[in-house]
Amino acid sequence: MAASVAVAGAQHLSSVSDLVPDWARQEVSTGTTIMAVEFDGGVVIGADSRTTTGAYIANRVTDKLTPIHDRIFCCRSGSAADTQAIADAVTYQLGFHSIELDEPPLVRTAANLFKEMCYRYREELMAGIIVAGWDKRRGGQVYTVPMGGMLVRQPVSVGGSGSSYVYGFVDSNYRSGMSKEECLRFVAEALTLAMERDGSSGGVARLAVITEEGLERRVILGNELPKSTI
Amino acid sequence: MERHTTDSRVKGVSTGTTILAVKFRGGVLIGSDSRASIGGSYVASRVINKLIQVHDRIFCCIAGSLADAQAVTRAAKFQLSFHSVQMDSPPLVKAAASVLRELCYSNKEELQAGFITAGWDKKKGPQVYTVSLGGMLLSLPFTIGGSGSTYIYGYVDAKYKADMSREECLQFATNALALAMGRDNVSGGIIHLVVITEEGAEHIVIPGDKLPKFHDQ
Repeated sequence: MAASVAVAGAQHLSSVSDLVPDWARQEVSTGTTIMAVEFDGGVVIGADSRTTTGAYIANRVTDKLTPIHDRIFCCRSGSAADTQAIADAVTYQLGFHSIELDEPPLVRTAANLFKEMCYRYREELMAGIIVAGWDKRRGGQVYTVPMGGMLVRQPVSVGGSGSSYVYGFVDSNYRSGMSKEECLRFVAEALTLAMERDGSSGGVARLAVITEEGLERRVILGNELPKSTI
Repeated sequence: MERHTTDSRVKGVSTGTTILAVKFRGGVLIGSDSRASIGGSYVASRVINKLIQVHDRIFCCIAGSLADAQAVTRAAKFQLSFHSVQMDSPPLVKAAASVLRELCYSNKEELQAGFITAGWDKKKGPQVYTVSLGGMLLSLPFTIGGSGSTYIYGYVDAKYKADMSREECLQFATNALALAMGRDNVSGGIIHLVVITEEGAEHIVIPGDKLPKFHDQ
């Protein structure tokens, strides 16, 4: 969008804003769509792959599904810098905790570590994170830590700028007791719909399935996304 | 240049709202919620009807500032009835939409209201038009509007099909409105629907306890 604003009175021949392009002055943001769904035996997580600085797409094949531990992932939305820093810190803390315990960490522990950081530094940070994974105690779990630092467990959670557009779709299409394949289809379709409507989401759809057995990652390229009727 | 306004910046009573209109086989359906709010935290009215009849088979629904919308629709109703008398025939749906567009475009600095116009006429049959905040006019097979519409873009993109039957269309619109009302705090109340065909216009009301429920309710 080329927007020009006429400011009454002030006329400049040239200013700092002419020396660098518009997007170089914007913060890098993962304006995004992220999603996670619990099923019996694990979780399915998904995200788009667009990172923007203003109107410029800095990375069109971003991986927003970040491993925190063997069976715990987080989906990042908001400021790319903030979420990368938080994820790195939590990965370190969780790894240390897991070694102390001598067993795999709980998803709830990882979620709590995210919450502690996001709540303590809530004024400085711009991060919306979904934590999802599998552990032996509670099976597949999804926890959402939105901006501000709340923590709540939900069977299905969407986040990022594109999530607004698919609340209706998710509310109407989610049922408890879906199988792994149904969850994959559900997440792929929701991501596609969000990517079509949100300018800050796009690229490829990255999906991952986390179960007791391990991790399975999938990528759905732009031309392979499920087609909608319009 | 696109002007972005959220309902919370509308002064006075606002129809923070969800509105939609959908063409189906043989007619058109227009629907809305029923909440009017001030500042996003006080519900000024929980049962207003946002579907305004501007002529026998032409309805429009309003989003944005209620005062602006009422003023514009009153002016449009008058102009349309005058035009209809001059032409000695019912006005075209496009004429109704154009009248609203003219008013919105010429007064774009002062007004904060958007409209969806839907109706039936003999020339083109069922039609849906949207007039945006700045005065753009578009003809579409279906359209959604208001603050609550953000939450159902995914749903309507997935579920809409061309040439639905009347019952399918009623179910589609009811579900879409109920989903939006469930997520948007400035939309709510009951659902108003008007089905417009060659035969005439039929007003359907779906009270709060008969709204479709979804998995978390």
